[in-house]
Amino acid sequence: MSSTATKPDARLTGRALSCIRDDRTLFSGLGFGVDTGEALIIEGRNGTGKTTLLRAICGIRRPDEGEILWGGESIERLGPDYHRHVAYVGHNDGVKRELTVAENLRMSRALGSEGRLSIEEALRKVHLAGFEDVAASNLSAGQRRRLALARLLVTDSLLWVLDEPFTSLDRHGIGIVEELMAEHVARGGMLVMTSHHEVSMHRTAVHRLNLSA
Amino acid sequence: MSIASAFLALLRRDLVIAFRRRSEMVNPLLFFVLVTSLFPLGVGSQPKLLALMAPGVVWVAALLAALLSLDTIFRSDFEDGTLEQLLLSAQPVSVLVIAKVLAHWLITGLPLLLMAPLLGTFLGLPSQAIGTLVLSLLFGTPALSLIGAIGVALTVGLRKGGVILSLLVLPLYVPILIFGAGAVGNAAMGIDATAQMYIMAAFLIFSLTLSPVATAAALRVSLS
Repeated sequence: MSSTATKPDARLTGRALSCIRDDRTLFSGLGFGVDTGEALIIEGRNGTGKTTLLRAICGIRRPDEGEILWGGESIERLGPDYHRHVAYVGHNDGVKRELTVAENLRMSRALGSEGRLSIEEALRKVHLAGFEDVAASNLSAGQRRRLALARLLVTDSLLWVLDEPFTSLDRHGIGIVEELMAEHVARGGMLVMTSHHEVSMHRTAVHRLNLSA
Repeated sequence: MSIASAFLALLRRDLVIAFRRRSEMVNPLLFFVLVTSLFPLGVGSQPKLLALMAPGVVWVAALLAALLSLDTIFRSDFEDGTLEQLLLSAQPVSVLVIAKVLAHWLITGLPLLLMAPLLGTFLGLPSQAIGTLVLSLLFGTPALSLIGAIGVALTVGLRKGGVILSLLVLPLYVPILIFGAGAVGNAAMGIDATAQMYIMAAFLIFSLTLSPVATAAALRVSLS
């Protein structure tokens, strides 16, 4: 069921990346590599291109120079074959307010690949059990964030790309998410994220990439 | 999950959302009825003139109603971030685009189709032309939605894309309007309209083949 352990050749590499926005070079000549069981935390001041880099890694945006490789092949050429391994939670939660919590997760699952956890189990993991039939518009901002993060669990994604995952979460929520991330990496998953908070992940190989430097 | 289940799930999702936001669903239909019923008031009680104008009036009103509703195809998905999730799906985006456009047509186009015979009769359109009117709209309105989707995908990232959207899309709507209204006009005069109907069907197939690919590419541009 779990393909997480069966893909030893999966590796995310960025080579000589540069992104330009409104005639301003955000970063150039950037390189990085993430292996299975590793996390990459992207740091930097506001406006240094953290979100842009994450969107490039997802394949939403094309880097202006350089290329991003997945297992040695360009992600642009792989297309959906790459996207099936990627789960992205961005600034916007990507949650439909008109739908219930369970309907939202069912949709994510239909678009991706079936994950190892059922919808009920995933909701229990993010402490939203019992909210299955509540409309997402009735959730608080923090709860909606946790619902967005539950999306990572219902699909079978090797690479998690998280943009400020702790936004609007309380200390308890941050603890939950840190635990999920550490568990994912320990199972051989990959994680690329940005955060203003100090991220505490024990016993994990964490690389840091500072864009302001 | 397979491509078919993703297609059906997305179609279902959009229909459920539309049902839960019913007021938005009624707007294009209301617009269609209102615009059509303004003509007799403006033109005056000249039944012959109205009957002569009926094909054009119904078609122009349907076209404007479709244009008015276009923005809803991708706007709310863009705002809440679900559009990004669609682009990152494991399924080809062009197939998902067809699901979204089909849902949009079922919500906004199909009601127009059902209302058109009533409005045609109301304007004095001869009864032998009603069938052609419905059939021409059946071919025409999905083509309007498909072509419009390209325009919406291109302008969804702009804060005020409304006017640009009309400028982009209206010229492409012109051939559909000409042949659609022409077919109904012919039928009203008792002339065979088969040729126009074939061309309408060709437009539909043409837009069904090209639009999903173009829309998917335009969405990538808008989101990057």
